[in-house]
Amino acid sequence: MYRYDEFDRRFVAERVAEFRDQVARRLSGELTEDEFRPLRLMNGVYLQLHAYMLRIAIPYGSLNATKLRRLARIARTYDRGFGHFTTRQNLQFNWIRLEDVPAILGELAEVEMHAIQTSGNCIRNVSADHFSGAAADEVADPRVYAEILRQWSSLHPEFSFLPRKFKIAVTAAEHDRAAIQVHDIGLHVKRGEAGEIGFSVYVGGGLGRTPMVAKKVRDFLPEAELLSYCEAILRVYNLYGRRDNKYKARIKILLHEAGVDEIARQIEEEYEQVRRRGVLLLPREEIDRIAAYFAPPAFEELPARSVTLERAKALDAGLAEFVARNVTTHKVPGYASVTISLKAIGAPPGDASAEQMEAVAAIAEAYAHDEVRVSHEQNLVLPHVRLDDLPVVYAALQKADLATPNAGYITDIIACPGLDYCSLANARSIPVAQRIAERFGDPARQREIGDLKIKISGCINACGHHHVGHIGILGVDRKGEEFYQITLGGSGDEMCSIGEIVGKGFSSEEVVDAVETIVDTYLKLRQGPGETFLAAFRRLGEAPFREALYADAG
Amino acid sequence: MALYKNGSFVEDTWRFLAAEDDVPSDGAIVLGKARFLAEREALAGRNAPLGIIIEPGEGLAGIEADIHRFALVVLPFPKYTDGRAYSLARMLREEHGYRGELRASGNVLRDQVRFMWRCGIDALEVTHAGTIAALQAGAVSPVTHHYQPAGLEAVEHRLAGARPWLRRAAAHP
Ligand code: SF4
Repeated sequence: MYRYDEFDRRFVAERVAEFRDQVARRLSGELTEDEFRPLRLMNGVYLQLHAYMLRIAIPYGSLNATKLRRLARIARTYDRGFGHFTTRQNLQFNWIRLEDVPAILGELAEVEMHAIQTSGNCIRNVSADHFSGAAADEVADPRVYAEILRQWSSLHPEFSFLPRKFKIAVTAAEHDRAAIQVHDIGLHVKRGEAGEIGFSVYVGGGLGRTPMVAKKVRDFLPEAELLSYCEAILRVYNLYGRRDNKYKARIKILLHEAGVDEIARQIEEEYEQVRRRGVLLLPREEIDRIAAYFAPPAFEELPARSVTLERAKALDAGLAEFVARNVTTHKVPGYASVTISLKAIGAPPGDASAEQMEAVAAIAEAYAHDEVRVSHEQNLVLPHVRLDDLPVVYAALQKADLATPNAGYITDIIACPGLDYCSLANARSIPVAQRIAERFGDPARQREIGDLKIKISGCINACGHHHVGHIGILGVDRKGEEFYQITLGGSGDEMCSIGEIVGKGFSSEEVVDAVETIVDTYLKLRQGPGETFLAAFRRLGEAPFREALYADAG
Repeated sequence: MALYKNGSFVEDTWRFLAAEDDVPSDGAIVLGKARFLAEREALAGRNAPLGIIIEPGEGLAGIEADIHRFALVVLPFPKYTDGRAYSLARMLREEHGYRGELRASGNVLRDQVRFMWRCGIDALEVTHAGTIAALQAGAVSPVTHHYQPAGLEAVEHRLAGARPWLRRAAAHP
């Protein structure tokens, strides 16, 4: 975990002081709401339907017990006892008073946290693989680069008023768990022929109104040049990104309109300038200095198979099921990563109560080297747990209602806040997620269906990433009524694809039945349990699904 | 309107030429980029300070070779949320070695002043009363610890022994 030094502490303290002053000027009326809006957005404060929302940055989703406990305390003191984990690995409080924000930022600063750049037209919180440091398939720890990027992008004087928001994600594994191809910049950490680190650089991915898969602009950028190259990309975007229409302002549109070759040429040209000055080149020892913060904990030498765990599994079917679904192989024998599903059947996806946060904090301290991650699928992860400890961890999670064994199943749904909170929404997302989860809640049925990602957005802004859901659901407004459009075949991983719209939308009453029809069609047509929904869809195309959905309608 | 430079409000000695005005033979004048390009040859013989206004959408194309001729570059911020001029400022300073006055005009507000300084802007045309008061009181952004090398060494400096991308604000211009 990165730890602040004196410099970092002073920076955050100064920023809190600055925002305190801005809030005071807003409350005194010196700043109009219009003048204040971009300032509060830079600091994660949104005005929602019913109250202010504060979005707190969790850099690349990394937390520890101290931070989690503080978030719990803030939830209890200033909100309604809950927090909402987001698809950008952040945390939102949905019921905040503006007057309280400076105090909350002060509380966060004490545990080395802040809300800087969690919204606004700037470089947002950098995200990374939630299994970083634990994944067997990573070539390096992507958090090292995410942290360097976080620092460089913090209150960047040139890039704080971009045409639109800008998101960066980093993965270091071939299997992309960070959805880098739907980010403005996606970085794939790789090793070159001599074992040296470099990056494949993808630019111009994004969801929203015009979903696009990113294009690769560099196959192997040397490690030392990471910041120089990103600065060049951002400068080209800042200068030439469209500012006449906010729906056409993301870098993906610039790339689309000018062509990837032209933009790549401009980036390279600007990059030569930046590199020539050399100030942003990363010296080896400085990368190592950051990497040291992410050094692996002292793992024990353990057998790959835990007798304790196997015995416990034999006695407890619930544990066996949990391990089969929510536990992932670790790079070190005898260890595993545990996914804590925040998708209990019938609960709002991504929500956690203060008590649950505290329970996870206690488990992390006792059994998981004090590390917790937030995944972009709105779950929590304990990256390093001994197999021997899984039975106790499972019991503790059960006590906190956090042991739902559905990671990656059809009920592990991503949903944006939707009409329950968001002023831009066309339709509710959370209740639809809850109803789908209830329909498919039977464990045997979920098991039979296997891997299936449903993602729900309450409007075209696509915060619920519906375009990359195997089944995507988009809330639309039809003559004042909530309707839902369904897309199929999307995926956010290394085989990234944008889902296709199957046909006309469904009313709120119909949408859960429609999902069931799709699932039943898949079960009927698949070549066996080994063929996942996505694989079957890619083989069959949308025709059989469309037929099943719309046959009766004629 | 007030011009803030080198730590205080000063008299503006530059004349902003209106479209219908002819170029006078002496005195410091400021022209728009389009007019400069149209009259570039004629202006070459003129032996008095020359300034240019570069709108955010105009960029530096076509004047790269002339930049050393200007003693003033004015970068308008039509809206403070339009951040293009920050890039233009840094390119002028860092890529073209421009050392003359670099002035922000338009929607110049106290909450952005620090960003402007950091990008190499060293003069501000201010109309916003709250911003004028804040500059007079020395109460612009309290953030003096920075995570990226940007502006000029006079504005911020490296810290010995610290991460090389960190900077600390020196004095403001
Ligand atoms: S997708 Fe739309 S409704 Fe959902 S959170 Fe984003 S803006 Fe709000």
